[in-house]
Amino acid sequence: MNVHADVARRRIEELLGTSDEQILRRWSALAKAPVDELKELYQALRTALAEEGSDLADIRGLLAELSRDRVRRGHTPSDTARAVFGLKEAVYEVVEADGGPEALRGFIWFSRLIDDLGLYTIETYATAREKVILDQAEQLLELSTPVVKLWDGIVAVPLVGTLDSARTQVVMEKLLQTLVDTGSEHAVIDITGVPAVDTQVAQHLLKTVVAARLMGAECVISGISPQIAYTIVTLGIEFGDIVTKATLADALAYTLRRSGIEFGEGRRTQIAIRAEDA
Amino acid sequence: MTDGGRMPIASNADVVAVRQQVRAVAIEAGMSLIDQTKVVTAASELARNVLVHAGGGRVTVEVVDDGRRRGLRLAFSDEGPGIADVEQALVDGYTTGPGLGLGLGGSRRLVDQFDLTSAPGEGTTIVVTKWARG
Ligand SMILES: Nc1ncnc2c1ncn2[C@@H]1O[C@H](COP(=O)(O)OP(=O)(O)O)[C@@H](O)[C@H]1O
Ligand SMILES: [Mg+2]
Repeated sequence: MNVHADVARRRIEELLGTSDEQILRRWSALAKAPVDELKELYQALRTALAEEGSDLADIRGLLAELSRDRVRRGHTPSDTARAVFGLKEAVYEVVEADGGPEALRGFIWFSRLIDDLGLYTIETYATAREKVILDQAEQLLELSTPVVKLWDGIVAVPLVGTLDSARTQVVMEKLLQTLVDTGSEHAVIDITGVPAVDTQVAQHLLKTVVAARLMGAECVISGISPQIAYTIVTLGIEFGDIVTKATLADALAYTLRRSGIEFGEGRRTQIAIRAEDA
Repeated sequence: MTDGGRMPIASNADVVAVRQQVRAVAIEAGMSLIDQTKVVTAASELARNVLVHAGGGRVTVEVVDDGRRRGLRLAFSDEGPGIADVEQALVDGYTTGPGLGLGLGGSRRLVDQFDLTSAPGEGTTIVVTKWARG
């Protein structure tokens, strides 16, 4: 760094110190952020500048935090970037009032520094948002595949929508885990809400049934619509000795009977389950 | 959809998109629920084959009309390794992967017309047509 540049830079550092309140107030207005939130950043920036050859690691850490926080609170990326770039304008007003050649020259250096930090903020904002989106997608995957307990010892998973391989696998793993967690011996996989079953989905279903058997549990598949029954047969998929039932209610009735649950006379008429003829 | 009914097949998400698009166009062509399900299932098999066995490719989805009836034509193509013995590949249960080996033979039975062109090193093209009944 030559002497000129050094003097110019030092002038900016001085102004950041002497006019700190004015700059912070103006920055806060431009960035639409409370002074308190920006104060920490401002102090970190001043400390970093005072240190010869600082790599600005602290300030970058704070900016990354600011980005994450803004993502969580639903701010746009431009709002977030503006929060950083606002400092330039706030400092420029002080530089202009000063009017000296060092301050003006120093502002060019300062402006570049803020540009860098602003770009870094946008980058961390993008990364943070990507992570939030990925997390949400994962949650949705979990949410859209509920494994429910139908009865003591009987769990069911109603499959709904298009089954891509990722989802089918998640559902099946979750079902097997739930069998273990609840100590259930019966599972019903209901595919009423599935528009099409191809060989890959069928293979996932078959594997799950076999895995459940290895764990000592029995699976029943229910809700096979006529058009899906037809395509499964046309594809040549064999379900072997796997028990299938037309409806979830039929499957429940069947598993209840298999697990030896009997209803008293009064109960039977109240519950819409045909336990006898299932 | 992309231009002229052409859709890329490069990921699982693309296979799902193809399935959904074929369903939408099948409804548009006036197909019954059972015919929709057949053609959607065939599309799912062939799209997945393009992804799994050829590492990607594309499909063109279009409504066709022969003057008497409307239907759906799907043209899958890839630049993958190709199929050396097509007859063998169509045999139920034949697979070179971990699948069930029922996709090719099964989808041929699910549609009305099935044309497979392939040679080792030259990729694979499969054009299928399904007519709406009634
Ligand atoms: N697009 C393709 N490119 C290269 N090989 C293919 C393609 N489609 C199918 N094959 C070959 O034909 C075989 C049978 O296909 P398929 O009946 O769908 O069964 P699977 O996909 O379960 O193996 C595959 O294992 C593969 O060797
Ligand atoms: Mg296949």
